[in-house]
Amino acid sequence: MKVIIMGCGRVGAQLAVMLDKENHKVTTLDINVDSFRRLPPEFKGKALLGNGLDEDVLKKAGIEEADAFVAVTQGDNRNIMAAQIAKYIFNVPKVICRIYDPLRRDLYSMLGLEALSPTTIFAQMFKEKLES
Amino acid sequence: MYIIIVGGGRLGYYLTKSLLDEKHEVLIIEKDAATAQSITSDMGSVCIHGDGCETAVLAEAGTNRADIFIAVTGDDEDNLVACQVAKYKFNVPRTIARVRNPKNEILFKKLGIDVTVSSTAIILEHIKYEVPTNPLMHLLSIDEKGLEIVEITIQPDSTTVGMALKDIILPPDSILSLLIHQDSKPSIPTGGTILQANDQIIAVTHPDTEGALRNALNGK
Repeated sequence: MKVIIMGCGRVGAQLAVMLDKENHKVTTLDINVDSFRRLPPEFKGKALLGNGLDEDVLKKAGIEEADAFVAVTQGDNRNIMAAQIAKYIFNVPKVICRIYDPLRRDLYSMLGLEALSPTTIFAQMFKEKLES
Repeated sequence: MYIIIVGGGRLGYYLTKSLLDEKHEVLIIEKDAATAQSITSDMGSVCIHGDGCETAVLAEAGTNRADIFIAVTGDDEDNLVACQVAKYKFNVPRTIARVRNPKNEILFKKLGIDVTVSSTAIILEHIKYEVPTNPLMHLLSIDEKGLEIVEITIQPDSTTVGMALKDIILPPDSILSLLIHQDSKPSIPTGGTILQANDQIIAVTHPDTEGALRNALNGK
């Protein structure tokens, strides 16, 4: 599977490494070259410096042949916009993004975007831990 | 009309002033507390402090009764999301987004934003017009119909000077609707109209054929 991961923070980098180990073709994208320090030397995928909201950068990352696109930058709105570009402009078959704000996540899932809210997920998990 | 503006920067500030002058009810949503405070002390209670992409803030602002929702922050992604939330959560009939990157104009329209205004494209267009080698300026685009209204200036050195309009072959779907002579007298162009240097022509055309129209009128 060809995967593009936008945002090479803790989550993005870890996901990239996990997929890379399973021999998927991974391209990570970040606007800050420093973020790529999180990728270990044995990482076989690509690290591309650039803004994932720019169609030309996405093309360079190979979005036209990508099977999946994941948006995990720090900005909810950046993730939302990038995911919509991937889904509606480039017709990437699988698009997932992170939206911290639970209300915004609900709205965009209603509009057809696959989105995870760490806020909701963690609150739920903590609650379950407390109750067990 | 009730108009909500997201972003109280320079653009939002002057937009609010002019809309208030036209007696509209206006509310600015500004993220930065200090900016929000200075707008309030300057213009009265027309500003709330908050994130214009957050449902709770938009609910507090009464977005469900807004007639127009305008997002003019400096970040394209914030303008997109604010307008989408207003449109899809609060059913605002008309959403307008400022676009910094001209490439995003098409994208925003595809994603449901009613109107986009690209400051970069507008400034470019005006500067380009001041460069005398480009005799065509976009005045207005009629998006729903895929047409645009342009202004074309007849260059003094063009081979069409002195020619009658009926002898010039125009691209299909292009209509010359107004001709302004150098003496500022407007007239409706007909087949017998003779082109003169520095005539300005207002024409309706297709984005695809505007180049052909410009070339036809300037004899290239």
